[in-house]
Amino acid sequence: MKNIYLDNNATTCVAPEVIKEMMPYFEELWGNPSSMHFFGGQVQQYIELARAQVAELIGAADPSEIVFTSCGTESNNMAIYGVAEALGSGYKIITTRVEHPAILATCRHFKEHGHEVVEIGVDGNGRINLEELKKELSSGPAIVSTMWANNETGVIFPIDEICEIVKNAGGIFHTDAVQAVGKLSINVSETPVDMLSLSGHKIHAPKGIGAIYIRKGTKLKTFMTGGHQERGRRAGTENVPYIVGLGKACNMAKEFIASGQETTVAKLRDKLEQGILANCLDTTVNGDIAHRLPNTTNISFQYIEGESILYHLSDIGVAASSGSACTSGSLEPSHVIRAMGVPFTSAHGSTRFSLSRYTTEKEIDYVIENMPTIANRLREMSPFV
Amino acid sequence: MWDYTNKVMDHFRNPRNVGTIENPDGVGDVGSLACGDALRLMFKLDNEKKKITDAKFQTFGCASAIASSSALTEMIKGMTLEEAGNVTNQNIADYLGGLPDQKMHCSVMGKEALEVAIENYHTGKCSKVILEGEVICKCFGVTRKEIEHVIQENDLHEVDDVMNYCKAGGGCGGCKPDIAEIITEVRAEMTPATEAPQRKMTIVEKVRLIEETIEREIRPALQKDGGDLDFVDLAGNKVVVSFRGMCAQCKSAQFTMKDVVEAKLREFVSKDIIVEEDKA
Ligand code: FES
Repeated sequence: MKNIYLDNNATTCVAPEVIKEMMPYFEELWGNPSSMHFFGGQVQQYIELARAQVAELIGAADPSEIVFTSCGTESNNMAIYGVAEALGSGYKIITTRVEHPAILATCRHFKEHGHEVVEIGVDGNGRINLEELKKELSSGPAIVSTMWANNETGVIFPIDEICEIVKNAGGIFHTDAVQAVGKLSINVSETPVDMLSLSGHKIHAPKGIGAIYIRKGTKLKTFMTGGHQERGRRAGTENVPYIVGLGKACNMAKEFIASGQETTVAKLRDKLEQGILANCLDTTVNGDIAHRLPNTTNISFQYIEGESILYHLSDIGVAASSGSACTSGSLEPSHVIRAMGVPFTSAHGSTRFSLSRYTTEKEIDYVIENMPTIANRLREMSPFV
Repeated sequence: MWDYTNKVMDHFRNPRNVGTIENPDGVGDVGSLACGDALRLMFKLDNEKKKITDAKFQTFGCASAIASSSALTEMIKGMTLEEAGNVTNQNIADYLGGLPDQKMHCSVMGKEALEVAIENYHTGKCSKVILEGEVICKCFGVTRKEIEHVIQENDLHEVDDVMNYCKAGGGCGGCKPDIAEIITEVRAEMTPATEAPQRKMTIVEKVRLIEETIEREIRPALQKDGGDLDFVDLAGNKVVVSFRGMCAQCKSAQFTMKDVVEAKLREFVSKDIIVEEDKA
């Protein structure tokens, strides 16, 4: 069996179509779009085409609301930094305890610089506490940033509701949709977020390219200065091949969602999940299974440890990830697992499988078949079984 | 992925001596589910109760925790108890061709399980002195003694090192200032600093203090096990003692001497005391 990649929330393979689309911008069309000659000038139109493709995927009314960045982390930094600086410390910053570090670290930075910063909790299934959000919003103007879907558990926040609550309270709302884009149908014309971050390498474009949607009229201090590119909102010569690649990837994702293929992925995910739960003892699923990304399952193997599971999986050619302490490079389980209050009997053995549109049933069957052997080997060794 | 040596991966993939022993002579349990790793070590001695003839383990933990446990059982088989008592966490790491810095705590866990198991053999107690006492790191339940121990044994300088070796400080981070303080204290003792400007004890005072400490802190523990010890001589920092009763034949007298007698005398009399057994 060749390698089986079930770590698509970490990164995805670049779609061959995307690579093909990008190649001419290395080989022939390598001009600088800012140049006053045909050589660079002819490139600008392709950037604008890609911008329109990104806008279309998320339902942005006007492509000019899309700004290209280098990655999701940059988009997140730009959003928080941009509005917090523009609006000043009179604005409270509200986020959640399960955000990506790109958001948490940026918010904490502003905490040290005079902003009031609040991190809202989640329940045992990873669901946001909306009452807490309302309460925090009642005390004055605020910038709110919550993710659309969680990278570790796949849990989807009720963004429509959150957005409404924030807008009603007069707040600014940013969502980190890095995991949601390309997997869920998103329409910012219907869900009036002010800003939305997305990343190329989670949707089969290469690493090194991302984008941020900034609703017209949103006040933002420029993060990267020194050039007129992206209408002065993000200086720096455009990464043309990657921008084109991101456009193509968005285009493909749109077709993929429109054709309903995410349900195929969800079926495979469910098969995998049920197969593991049925064949491996002491297993539980982490997160709200009713509101989850179609490609993600986070399963806790009690009494055994995540890193050991991953190494054994890796030995048989299967790539997955874990929220266990050992794999996070820290000594405690992931902040998401801890925020959910997953009991420590399960926390250290939490294992995430994230599928993609390229995952096949044969691959899933292989994992279901081999998982019990791995779990049992480690269980036999465990002093707690 | 971690930069594990081939030996670590071999012991992880093919762990030696997994399981339990019926009627073991010593059992050592350390770690917990909450901490993310735990190890149960068991050993069996030969008929003369001298040598370790068999050792088995059960481990909940990452690849290097499993490898460290496996390595430990291989190392101690055939050792006398004294030899086993002298195994350091560094020995375990070396046996595996080294461990990544952030994984050194796995070797420390092995060493601690071994200490607990040996202590268990001698006293029937389940946990060694070192694991008791003031808890400095609440997140991982690490005691002052444990922290002092890893600093001394591995010559550590930084809070991050302590974290790598025993996890203390790796959770909320609230105990980091305390750890920093302990490092300063321990290091001050390690570099034989110019004697504290206290008034020096006279020889007579020192002898009396040693006698009192033995009487109060050491003798009761030894007598419980049917042993005893005599204070024979004092030369500078050197305290000479001789073991009696059970202690005289005890295979772990070396262990008792360093870890109990010397530790207590250092605590109550003077930090630079060295204890020696009267071989005459
Ligand atoms: S008390 Fe030590 S890390 Fe929390």
